[in-house]
Amino acid sequence: MVLDVEQMLRPVAEKVRSIRAARDRRWFVDCPVQYVVPVCRFLFEQVRLRFVISTGVDAEGCFEVLHHFCHDGSGSFVTVRVCIPDRSDPHLDSIAPFMPTAEWIEREIQDLLGIRFDGHPNPKRLILADDWPEGVYPLRKDFKP
Amino acid sequence: MKENASSIIAVGPLHPLQEEMEFFQLTRDGEKVTDIQVRISYNHRGIEKLSETLQFDQIPYLVSRICGISSASHPLAYVQAVEELAGVKVPEWALYVSTIINELERIHSHLLWVGLAGHFIGYDTVFMCTWRYREPVLDLLEQITGNRNNYGNVRVGGCREDIPDGMESKILQELALIENKTEMLTKAVLDAPVLHARLKGIGVLTKEDAIRYAVVGPTARTSGVDIDVRRDDPYAAYPMLDWKVITQPQGDVFAKAVVRLLETLESIKMVRQAVRRLPRGPIAVEVKDIPPGEGLGHVEAPRGETFHYVRSDGANRPVPHKVRAPSYVNVPLFRASCIGADIADVTITLAAVDPCYSCTERMAVVDNAGKIALDFDRLLQLSREKTFKIARQMGRPLPGGIQCDG
Repeated sequence: MVLDVEQMLRPVAEKVRSIRAARDRRWFVDCPVQYVVPVCRFLFEQVRLRFVISTGVDAEGCFEVLHHFCHDGSGSFVTVRVCIPDRSDPHLDSIAPFMPTAEWIEREIQDLLGIRFDGHPNPKRLILADDWPEGVYPLRKDFKP
Repeated sequence: MKENASSIIAVGPLHPLQEEMEFFQLTRDGEKVTDIQVRISYNHRGIEKLSETLQFDQIPYLVSRICGISSASHPLAYVQAVEELAGVKVPEWALYVSTIINELERIHSHLLWVGLAGHFIGYDTVFMCTWRYREPVLDLLEQITGNRNNYGNVRVGGCREDIPDGMESKILQELALIENKTEMLTKAVLDAPVLHARLKGIGVLTKEDAIRYAVVGPTARTSGVDIDVRRDDPYAAYPMLDWKVITQPQGDVFAKAVVRLLETLESIKMVRQAVRRLPRGPIAVEVKDIPPGEGLGHVEAPRGETFHYVRSDGANRPVPHKVRAPSYVNVPLFRASCIGADIADVTITLAAVDPCYSCTERMAVVDNAGKIALDFDRLLQLSREKTFKIARQMGRPLPGGIQCDG
């Protein structure tokens, strides 16, 4: 089975910037910051993709958050990519309210990269120790141990 | 309930000499669990950060240390991600070698789980027997790779070591023994009325919840979610072998035991086919440079999908490298399968997900005043007593059942 992601995303087509097949069964969907929730919600609740995990990246000029989904019927990954340009106070809408599996990883990214997730049901520390200093994020490029 | 930090610490879940740190705090009302809180990351090792300081070809040895018992799955998922981004084609025999090692890993991991599950409900004979037959599998892995765990046998572009010449007959011989004992054990489980009474309907995870919590591996397959990376996104030599994905619809602990036992038999079938495959060939290709790009790799580890995401900027180190082990998505479902359950069933329900032996060891029940009411030893005892009670009520002895010799 071959997954046609462009066809699949037609109902939210105006909410995504671009759809790219990096290679066979590997799709990347660029999404503006404000639409991350409707796009992920559509993929999870309507298309019923399986949420795999999120990756936070301290990239050139912005923070990237990648939400990886898997379409098991075809073995395809659909990765929703969001770029957060604001480096002084990076934040993104949380997808955890409708996807319980995302709860831990958003807390983890918050700890390690300092990206806040607005609307997260329980935005407590997950990875860092309770006595770790505020405002020090180990996965940021400028982190000095 | 108000969180009472001092009473939690008193249990000693953070003891650094024990295997892994994970803390479960159950709140109870009488015999029923009313809430469960999980806390992780007491021993975060910063592997993703470390990975950014290592070269692409050093990382397989790092990631094989993420988990002792899945130490073939992590490096394989990692090298698949790198091979994907670099467009490397791995020689066919290397795919077979990886398959053999990964399936031997699944066999020993599932046998380990069956043993622990037996121990948790009072069947110590099962524990002794499965661990007795897990040993030859570890011996085989040692003879192939040099190590009982942390095999370090995959590298970007293929494998490090081939199956030694003349090992085939030894592998086939040991497999025959393990298959015989696993079949016997499967039959014993299916025929044991006490086990049916003890485990059926316990810790049920519905198909709807399994999808909502996005669980993976045997945990998903026992709730009727038919997913398996080995079939869905074929890798290694799995597409060339004859095997089937095992699913059960019930979602209870009994189904989890059955699925793991049947999967063990499937794995034995797979290793046998792979070992007999001839002719052999080269086990690796040289990979010089990793171009800029990104790759995703996933592997069906014994506990479910292990996922690695690797990005390269054209230098010789990843930026970044993301790892997700299956328990990261399987553990949060405890809220779905434990709330409302009987206290005596919690140990086996948590263990049924196979998070790790130590995960369930660090557990305490807190009563409404925030005091520690039951520690792990007491919970284990409750679980075992419930089995003994059922056996007595049914007028049956606790089965020793299977013979350990031979």
